[in-house]
Amino acid sequence: MALLEVKNVTKQFGGLTALNDVSFSVEKGEIRGLIGPNGAGKSTMFKNIAGFYTPTKGEVIYDGQNIAGAHPCKVSGMGLVRTFQETTLFDEMSVFENALVGCHMTARSNLFSAIFGSDRQRQKIAAEKTMDVLEFMGLADRKDQLASELPLGSQRALAMAISLNADPKVLLMDEPFAGMNPEETNHMMDLTRKLQDKGITIVLVEHDMKAVMGLCGYLTVLCFGSLLAEGTPEEIRNNEKVIQAYLGGGS
Amino acid sequence: MSIKNLIICIVILAGLVALPHFLAYNFQDLLIFLAVNVLVVVSYRLVTLTGEWSLIHVVMMGVGAYASAMLSKMAGFPFWISMPIAGLTAATIAALLCFPLFRMTQFYFLIGSFAAGEAIRLVWIYFIDPFGGSSGINNLPPPELGDIDFYEPIPYFYMTLIIVTISLFILYRIEKSRVGLTLNAVHWKAPLAESVGVDTWKYRSLALIVGSFFVGIAGALKVHYLGVVTPHQFGIGVMVFVLIWVIVGGYASFVGPIIGVVVLTVFDQGLRASGIVDPAVQPAVYGAVLIASILFMPEGLEGIGKRFFSKSSGENA
Repeated sequence: MALLEVKNVTKQFGGLTALNDVSFSVEKGEIRGLIGPNGAGKSTMFKNIAGFYTPTKGEVIYDGQNIAGAHPCKVSGMGLVRTFQETTLFDEMSVFENALVGCHMTARSNLFSAIFGSDRQRQKIAAEKTMDVLEFMGLADRKDQLASELPLGSQRALAMAISLNADPKVLLMDEPFAGMNPEETNHMMDLTRKLQDKGITIVLVEHDMKAVMGLCGYLTVLCFGSLLAEGTPEEIRNNEKVIQAYLGGGS
Repeated sequence: MSIKNLIICIVILAGLVALPHFLAYNFQDLLIFLAVNVLVVVSYRLVTLTGEWSLIHVVMMGVGAYASAMLSKMAGFPFWISMPIAGLTAATIAALLCFPLFRMTQFYFLIGSFAAGEAIRLVWIYFIDPFGGSSGINNLPPPELGDIDFYEPIPYFYMTLIIVTISLFILYRIEKSRVGLTLNAVHWKAPLAESVGVDTWKYRSLALIVGSFFVGIAGALKVHYLGVVTPHQFGIGVMVFVLIWVIVGGYASFVGPIIGVVVLTVFDQGLRASGIVDPAVQPAVYGAVLIASILFMPEGLEGIGKRFFSKSSGENA
């Protein structure tokens, strides 16, 4: 059974239909690309899955449960974690603290243990785990710097470290390559593959075709709010309808 | 807490124990109110940790004050029981207010909290039974403990000092814990915090409830020394003073607001004693201090101190 299944999702804003009866499913362990021309409804679909929007109609089945309309903090607690389009960090906190917030679900404490320090052991484990994640993302030697002081590439890596520390089963990535130079893009692609090796299923919305074609095993193409095509990068590249949609062919 | 900080704390506490014996009677009074105000600003800081500045904090102090006053006057509860109940009452009212208030953020929250606070204050003024209307409730009994005379300022100051110190310690522990980290995270990027499973509504509420609990206790401490509680002690004017103390002191750190309230109170008294300025224009002086401090020291007094220390330690190296 598919890990994530989008079933007949329709999203309307007033009279405007941003998504029209879209269905697709994502298997465990794959890297899925969600692409389409501007205004195709990629971001809307993304937000419907991550709980920031509630679909007007349809279901989002994750791990056998319908999560359509569930609050973002509940969705992420179940292991479906999103990243953000622009660099989104806790700016005035250190790199280590940023990543530490990520493991909220396993390490959160209540007032009692905060005052009496009764969960010290758990906090120690959380700190060690956070260091492992920073090590993995290549940020360990910058751990005491403020997040706002990092260069762009490292900020993106830190954003991934935060979501990674939340133990995601599915990682929803919103344009992770936007604004990156080719070198940074390559680095980010390597990191994404390493996440796949860890067993994390990845769904990414992306404009950078080179990155998408290089990373994804399977692509879902949206156009004007509807599903246009699905297939391997090779199939999509040669799909007449997709080419027309992108080049704006008048037919 | 490092050894160095611990030593500093002990030295300050020892100084505070000795201090009232060197002061005139009216300054001993002042010392009690100063200690109470320290608790007010530090508990307010916990509320602001999530980035939401409320204008209801001083009214919550009043909720605690009224709760303790009514319990001791009408039900005959001793202060030692009515004081913690004062905190719990303020916390309960805060918990109820979370439902409407945290549907708003930023500016709207500020205005909403002000409106809610005024509503509570109007209830005190309007319902003469049981709140006593404009003139409030007077002849509040002081605490009783053995032979200690709590009508005298020095014993009352020591009691206040103990309660405030314990409260500050608890608030400090909360801020330095994972709970404090999460509150900070909610402040900097609420959507990002939500994306890793933080229920931002719950944490904002938690900050308001805990802050209200401690300011409720501060309210009880204040009115049982004065012997009277009135709605006018908790007006928006007082709230503005709290804001000035916190901003001038520096709200980025735990000690900032404490420095703010202490320095401005001493400054205020100095100004009064020197007789340079007519008491009528004192608020104007305060306003000028606020504007100057925002212009010239955006990080507050605490920021200046930090810069000074890092400079001098840099020269030593």
